[in-house]
Amino acid sequence: MEGLFFNSGTGFLEGIVRGYKAGILSNNQYSNLAQCETLEDFRTQLSATDYGNFLANEPSPLSTSTIADKATQILVDQFNYLRNNATDPLSKFLDYITYGYMIDNVVLLITGTLHERDTHELLERCHPLGVFDTMPALCVATNVEELFQSVLVETPLAPYFRDCLSANDLDDLNIEIIRNTVYKAYLEDFYEYCSSLGGPTAEVMHDILAFEADRRTVNITINSFNTELTKDQRAKLFPSIGRLYPAGNNQLAKADEYDQVRAACEGVAEYRPFFVDMNGAHGSSGDDDLAAASHLEDKFFRKEVHLNKHAFLRQFQYGVFYSYMKLKEQEIRNLTWIAECIAQDAKDRIQDFIPIF
Amino acid sequence: MSGTGARENVFATRMALTNTKLRLKGAQTGHSLLAKKRDALTTRFRAILKKVDEAKRKMGRVMQLASFSMAEVTYATGDIAYLVQEQAKLATFRVKAKQENVSGVVLPGFEVERVQGSDFNLTGLGRGGQQIIKAKEIYAKAIETLVELASLQTAFTILDEVIRATNRRVNAIEHVVMPRLENTIKYIMSELDEMDREEFFRLKKVQGKKKRDTAAREATKKAEDAEQEQAAVDPLLDETKESVDLLSSKDVDVIF
Repeated sequence: MEGLFFNSGTGFLEGIVRGYKAGILSNNQYSNLAQCETLEDFRTQLSATDYGNFLANEPSPLSTSTIADKATQILVDQFNYLRNNATDPLSKFLDYITYGYMIDNVVLLITGTLHERDTHELLERCHPLGVFDTMPALCVATNVEELFQSVLVETPLAPYFRDCLSANDLDDLNIEIIRNTVYKAYLEDFYEYCSSLGGPTAEVMHDILAFEADRRTVNITINSFNTELTKDQRAKLFPSIGRLYPAGNNQLAKADEYDQVRAACEGVAEYRPFFVDMNGAHGSSGDDDLAAASHLEDKFFRKEVHLNKHAFLRQFQYGVFYSYMKLKEQEIRNLTWIAECIAQDAKDRIQDFIPIF
Repeated sequence: MSGTGARENVFATRMALTNTKLRLKGAQTGHSLLAKKRDALTTRFRAILKKVDEAKRKMGRVMQLASFSMAEVTYATGDIAYLVQEQAKLATFRVKAKQENVSGVVLPGFEVERVQGSDFNLTGLGRGGQQIIKAKEIYAKAIETLVELASLQTAFTILDEVIRATNRRVNAIEHVVMPRLENTIKYIMSELDEMDREEFFRLKKVQGKKKRDTAAREATKKAEDAEQEQAAVDPLLDETKESVDLLSSKDVDVIF
């Protein structure tokens, strides 16, 4: 049924996005890139891919951040094209994608305002996808109270902020807690919205968002070990969606160490393998914990790529747009990683990126 | 003799000789002390040189690791520079200066002091926090190496300077001060000898003169004696004449 009218509104854009998807670097291209000796070679190799001549006008000592910036710019251009051509349900969906970046930007601006920095230079540091019309207005605010009362309420993120925080909280709380509280609200709202769309979109997006929520939950738990974050505060940051919710979340909220995290994740078959060879690496010292955690993060990235790839197997749904953005982000990360490895001459770690196709 | 080298401008007296000898002795003691100091410093210098070399190599490795861990952070979370920058309120990594004494040279040393508890340990809470902590640790280690290297390097420079100054002093004493004092002593000795000889010669001369004078005097005396003897004979003749004339001549002194 949903396929009946899908193509009238969204068929064109879905075609576009699937076309974009074909341009994502293949394993073969990655192995070519990984064999480059210098960043110049890297540039040459990339020009043979869909990226084309995006680095052609860059002056010669190429920095990895330039590569990342330029690649992001391409993604932003593609996204803006999609967004400009989208009609209602899809345009709203695409807006939702940008909210995640907006949160980061707003948090960045709040940090700047709290420390009374010149917020104009912060605008340049903002993620281009998270730029919204009233964002420069954030710079007008000189204190947090004003920021909250007059500026923040105008942004699309207002409900998230309003529901979770008061103006006082902005002053007192650690900025990371604010970020994660808002992000939690965002994830839940996005989840809700996808449910309202129904059909395959809901199915696909629920999978992805549930995973995203779980990943945040586990990460927050692990990262908050040995910090001043109390368990109550931690519990408040957990999104109330995902496969771990509610039993796993409760367990994680009480967890003090790695093994308890693993025990909490035992309940979900998909997450169990993440912790399997952590047993081997898990020793008594903190270093191993760190290694295991970064290993875990790696596995989460892999899982994310896997889920997003699967989204392309379904038709007549909006999940592909979200998945494409995420895959492309991962690709930019991969490119930056490879470029970084080449620049720093760390060839033994160059294979640590996550191939997409 | 005394014109062979530089010498001090002194009067050639016994006292000056004693003084100069004392000074020469002082210079010799100073020289041996300074030479000892130089040797001690050089030993230390070599040790530090070795350590600096090691530390520099280590720094290369550590910095590479550190910037790579930063790459890992970028991979996991993206740009966190600004957040970290804004949230760091308290220095958790401090450097303390201390002093060390190596044979009279004060070498500054730096010590690392880490304050636990950080302002941004919640950064990357949702993603990449572990990498950030790891990067922080690695960078802390890198800075430790840098601090170590810094104190070694300062010690290196200061020691170098001091060794050079000491060397200069040792050489100055050995090649300038001591020869000059020796020359002065030689000069004074030779002058004194000269004076001795002069004195001796003068004495001889005086003696000779005395002898001559005595001889002359004796000769005159002899002559006088002979004359007197002559004269002693003459008055006999005169008396006879006078006695004749005594009455016949009028004496002016005699009033009556």
